[in-house]
Amino acid sequence: MTASASSAPPPALSPAVTFEAVSRHYGAVRAVDGVDLAIAPGEFFAMLGPSGSGKTTCLRLIAGFERPSAGHIRLFGEQVEDLPPYRRGVNTVFQDYALFPHLDILENVGFGLKMRGVEAAERRRAAAEALELVKLPGYGARKPGQLSGGQRQRVALARALVNKPKVLLLDEPLGALDLKLREQMQEELKAIQKSLGVTFIFVTHDQGEALSMADRVAVFSEGKIRQIGAPEEIYNRPRTRFVADFVGSSNLLPPDFVEKRLGARRWGSLRPEQIALRPAGSGEGAPARIASVSYLGATTRLGLETAPEEGALRLHAAVPAAAATGLALGQMVEAAFAPEAIHLMEDAP
Amino acid sequence: MRSDKEGARAPLGLKIAAGLGLAFLHLPILLIFVYAFTTEERSYQWPPPGFTLKWFGVAWGRADLWEALILSLKVASLATLLAMLLGTLCAAAMSRTKFFGRESISLLIILPIALPGIVTGVALRSAFNLAEIPFSFWTLIIGHATFCVVMVYNNAVARFRRLHGSLMEAAADLGADGFQAFRYVVLPNIGTALLAGGMLAFALSFDEVIVTTFTAGQQQTLPIWMLEELVRPRQRPVTNVAAMVVALATFLPILLAYRLTRDGDQTAGAGK
Amino acid sequence: MTAAEIPQSRGLRGALSDWFWRNPGMTLFLMLLPPLLWLGIIYLGSLFALLLQSFYSIDEYSGLINREFTLKTYAELFKPANLDIILRTVTMAALVTVGSAVVAFPIAYFAARYAKGRWKAIFYLGVMLPLWSSYLVKVYAWKLILAREGILNWTFAKLHLTWLVEAWLALPIVGGNSLSVSHTGTFLVFLYVWLPYMILPIQASLERVPGNLIEAASDLGATPRQTFWNVLFPLALPGVLAGSIFTFSLTMGDYIIPQIVGTSRRFIGQAVYAHQGTAGNIPLAAAFTVAPILIMGVYLWFAKRKGAFDAL
Repeated sequence: MTASASSAPPPALSPAVTFEAVSRHYGAVRAVDGVDLAIAPGEFFAMLGPSGSGKTTCLRLIAGFERPSAGHIRLFGEQVEDLPPYRRGVNTVFQDYALFPHLDILENVGFGLKMRGVEAAERRRAAAEALELVKLPGYGARKPGQLSGGQRQRVALARALVNKPKVLLLDEPLGALDLKLREQMQEELKAIQKSLGVTFIFVTHDQGEALSMADRVAVFSEGKIRQIGAPEEIYNRPRTRFVADFVGSSNLLPPDFVEKRLGARRWGSLRPEQIALRPAGSGEGAPARIASVSYLGATTRLGLETAPEEGALRLHAAVPAAAATGLALGQMVEAAFAPEAIHLMEDAP
Repeated sequence: MRSDKEGARAPLGLKIAAGLGLAFLHLPILLIFVYAFTTEERSYQWPPPGFTLKWFGVAWGRADLWEALILSLKVASLATLLAMLLGTLCAAAMSRTKFFGRESISLLIILPIALPGIVTGVALRSAFNLAEIPFSFWTLIIGHATFCVVMVYNNAVARFRRLHGSLMEAAADLGADGFQAFRYVVLPNIGTALLAGGMLAFALSFDEVIVTTFTAGQQQTLPIWMLEELVRPRQRPVTNVAAMVVALATFLPILLAYRLTRDGDQTAGAGK
Repeated sequence: MTAAEIPQSRGLRGALSDWFWRNPGMTLFLMLLPPLLWLGIIYLGSLFALLLQSFYSIDEYSGLINREFTLKTYAELFKPANLDIILRTVTMAALVTVGSAVVAFPIAYFAARYAKGRWKAIFYLGVMLPLWSSYLVKVYAWKLILAREGILNWTFAKLHLTWLVEAWLALPIVGGNSLSVSHTGTFLVFLYVWLPYMILPIQASLERVPGNLIEAASDLGATPRQTFWNVLFPLALPGVLAGSIFTFSLTMGDYIIPQIVGTSRRFIGQAVYAHQGTAGNIPLAAAFTVAPILIMGVYLWFAKRKGAFDAL
């Protein structure tokens, strides 16, 4: 499946992972609250949300480290909430890697095979192959403590992949890496996923990471999924203010403002690159004052404050650098955009 | 990186005080080594009038000393085994999730060493009397295992805590059932801590005298034998020799336990 | 690549393992059961039985124990002679605690902040070895040292200071016939035997002070002396308190040291030993043990509030 597919889960007889009204409560806290979900085989699926939104708990429910308080979880059609983690055929790349400190790298990677009774020679061969896949050939004899963070991350990946899991779970796997390494790993992960065709479920709080890597993204908050869809859909057509706010840098438009332009009294969102600047008094847009200017190379990001009669909104506009030359702080301009560019959201006004 | 440890030098007064303190800790033990060779039989005369190896032979031939030593070794081994079983179970359970009553349990475990030994001793003795249990090898074991549990527990619980987060989950995730996870992940990681805890428990039991006097009845462990000699000296030079041998014998497990925990922490710490 | 089969159940062991996973509460309970049964029944049971017996009394004529609830034994405990014993023991425990804190602090301070590499190991073992060497051997060593013909008197004689020892022994309370039968001797042996228990917690709490805290203090203009008193010392206090739990408790419960090195005046431990043994007065012995239990209870509560348990 490709990134341009529709938001509906792809048709398949049994999805790789199914959540049916799954909840996980800790006392009064509803970490996961009635989640329904279907993830297709071979899909690269991201669970995105702020910390405490329930995304990690969902991952742990799939792995079997937690059990649902209510609802059912299916893996390829089979109900698994009564199966312990070691019977699920799913593998996890842990956030802190969780490499066994007493084993060397080859033994770490071969651990899952050993538990399944694969004999030593075959185990070593498969582990070495997996290490090659993650570009760490020849590291087998080292101990986890002798590797860098990025290398440990790769070992953790190899250790999971060598078992040929039905579903691979990744819990913020890139969180501890620095920016450059993270970007490199994003590409590699994506390539590995495509070449192996394994279902990847990826938990992250970084919206950029989720949007750039995943086929589909689920946005979590307060234990619920707020929106599921392809990255462009989530980015361009956020369904709620929370999603618009959390994913990307959309401008939130209050119902009053939207009603004036579209007649519908609803919350709206407007992407910064869809705002153009016009001279003050031209009457083509909403009068606004320039509150900040940041140069970002090809584009310039402007902070605008609309006039009081327009609700004194703070808007962000991303304009080509050429269009921003000569602008000064405090200068009055007009922020122009096509009314159709406003995306209406589902929240109650 | 610069820290005060590299930068500053210790003030002279502190050096002297620390040095004198260490000397204070060690000179009395060294003295034992000198007295083991003295020719003086009737008093604790210093300096010794002469030196001899004769008393080592005499001590070697003393049957009561051997019996006491063997009883002590038996009691310490069995009490340590029991304490390792109970302490490991306790540490494993306590390092899991938080649960109701956890604080009270940790208090219960340290109570046998937090309360004065005589309280434990008298309590056990009167309980044995009430229940009409005659004093035997087993009453000794019960008393010793009770205060040894905490040694094993203390050593194991820190190591367990490091394990119980994602390492246990990783094992289950990779297909290890509970028993496999214990064998291939838990045991290799807590093994040295358990061994160190066991050795300390052994040393504690081997040396214990207060609880022992209350639970031993007529039996003589090595410390009870020593105590008898201290209160009513029969053959002072033999006591001197026994004291030296005991001092030497306790050094070895301590040195070994030190090496074990130090190396263990290095490998375990390297995982993070 | 084909997805692996979900591993199948593996016989009895697998079934048991699955059961543990499905019943985590029960698993926890089963793990805790043996140690809790042991400590709860054998240890706490004995302790409560002992406390119970302190409410019995002994018949003065027959010497038999009268199993009726009474406070008579506690009235006995508060007789001046017995109160004297408790007071003497607590005073000794307090003095030993203060004394060992004073001697321990420089050692711990040096080991924690200045000793490195090999010296660090030497200091560590230098404390661990005496801590773990035989208690009776240590007491015995002091019997040798304090003996009239022993090394201490010999040293003082060589230094022509025998008069000093004699003047000290002539003092009331701390003095006596010789060092080995005086409270001074008892104090010295207690101090020696429990000293390592004080050093280790202080050292541990000092080692937890991050190096940049010291740098921050000097950055803010504190002299080394000010840094010590305003930063290091307050942070080391929980360690001192943790150590004092040991020195205090151990001194209060000991009956061997004052028996071997000391006067004929009794300490709590000796009183308990004598009452439960030859006198057969278990109720009074039990009542005597209540004193250290109560004192340690209050002490532990106080120490816990001050954060000493974290320094253990």
